[in-house]
Amino acid sequence: MVHDGDVVALEGFTHLIPFAAGHEVIRQRRRNLTLIRMTPDLIYDQLIGSGCASKLIFSWGGNPGVGSLHRLRDAVENNWPAPLAIEEHDHAGMATAYAAGAANLPFGLLRGYLGTDLPKYNQRIKFIECPFTGERLAAIPAIRPDVSIVHAQKADRRGNVLMWGVVGVQKEAILAARRAIVTVEEIVDRLDAPSNAVVLPSWVVGAVSEVKGGAFPSYAQGYYSRNNAFYKQWDNISREREGFQAWMQRHVTGTKDFEAFRQSLEQVASHA
Amino acid sequence: MPENGYTSDEMMTISAARMLRNGTVCFVGIGLPSAAANLARLTHAPDVVLIYESGPIGTKPAVLPLSIGDGELAETADTIVPLGEIFSYWLTGGRIDIGFLGGAQIDRFANLNTTVIGDYRKPTVRLPGAGGAPEIATSAKEVLITLRQTKRAFVEKVDFVTSAGYLDGGDARKRMGFPGQGPTAVITDLGILTPDPATKELRLTSIHPGVAVEQVIASTGWPLKVAPQLAVTEAPSAPELGMLRELNQRTARAHAGQA
Repeated sequence: MVHDGDVVALEGFTHLIPFAAGHEVIRQRRRNLTLIRMTPDLIYDQLIGSGCASKLIFSWGGNPGVGSLHRLRDAVENNWPAPLAIEEHDHAGMATAYAAGAANLPFGLLRGYLGTDLPKYNQRIKFIECPFTGERLAAIPAIRPDVSIVHAQKADRRGNVLMWGVVGVQKEAILAARRAIVTVEEIVDRLDAPSNAVVLPSWVVGAVSEVKGGAFPSYAQGYYSRNNAFYKQWDNISREREGFQAWMQRHVTGTKDFEAFRQSLEQVASHA
Repeated sequence: MPENGYTSDEMMTISAARMLRNGTVCFVGIGLPSAAANLARLTHAPDVVLIYESGPIGTKPAVLPLSIGDGELAETADTIVPLGEIFSYWLTGGRIDIGFLGGAQIDRFANLNTTVIGDYRKPTVRLPGAGGAPEIATSAKEVLITLRQTKRAFVEKVDFVTSAGYLDGGDARKRMGFPGQGPTAVITDLGILTPDPATKELRLTSIHPGVAVEQVIASTGWPLKVAPQLAVTEAPSAPELGMLRELNQRTARAHAGQA
């Protein structure tokens, strides 16, 4: 469902990051993608370092609490492995742009981007005057991905999806997209969701796939916690091009699926 | 560790924590601000409301989060709201008393840079970027900033204004019509800087015990002015130090040994 040249959003704000789906995009050697994500995180570091992306739309590109995303930096600073165009926002702007996409509006509106230099370098941040009060407000074009992918806790057999905890912009990303893919921790007979829970009805989701642990090394509340030690290890794994490529070959492109990826990591740990 | 039994980082976090009044609603940045805000909650400000940009409101983590959205924040929160809501209803909607920020670079008018060192299109160092900070800096009623003081971090003019302080100083911020009043204190490992009421230039108003004024000046990339009534920051108390060390030890244990 992801094609070369697509505009693709993999969302999940520190929580429920769709790592398994991202790995599959890398295994299928997709190229020339425009990647959208508020916080690129390790999965976009892997996609960018693997040469899948030609453009990144984002609002915070670091390894949270650890430091830089070395592959993202290498692409921006040195064009390796390929030049990467960037369109840079802040979180409030991107959250607004996703909501506008979900609402099928041309742009989102916020009291934001005041005093920051971002609009000098991103021509897609504009300012308009409120027709009622005259206040100067920021306008951001809606985000409309070709494909959005999120990870959630549960789906039922009909394909209704339930998520809880830090839910980020996942619902907006799905509703803004032309095609929507969801991976889940488990498929159950009944969701038993409270009536105001975050549920994606089956008819807004194109495909649901069960991938246990599919958000590792991020977390799935109620299932497993964030593997902060792996986030710290990534700093070393990704620092040099050769080390990164060897790791990706051994654990991602050299494995057939996410389960095999997890097993290959465990083999290393048990020999350590 | 100095002879008096605490480090300059501990002094920084403790003096930053003291700035947070009990009962205020605080939008917390990750890293040093998060440590200070939680220390405040565990000591003199049990009723402070901590909000993180990932959506947790009224969170009470037992260990410091590594990321802005760790499960610990979600599981101990009064509620968690979606990102669209945290920035619109709560932050730019005007519900936040204190925004608590860090940064890689700060200038004499308290503008923050977390985007690039050097030219934007050909950066010497590409930093993570803005995150939620630009709206925290302009929409919170008041902003506190904490970071370590070095000549590289404290510069005459930031390479990139990620989050506005007082822009070019004076009444620039007011003329731009920002909702919030801006940074009221910058807490470092050497002292506390506050904006001059008229020019809005940061000056040294409190110095931590055992630090020389010359050392603070040498660690600042502009000719730092020193307030005529320079205060000396109160040294950390035993309960403050004990609580901070316990918090850091719990955090280190929680973040190790999972992979």
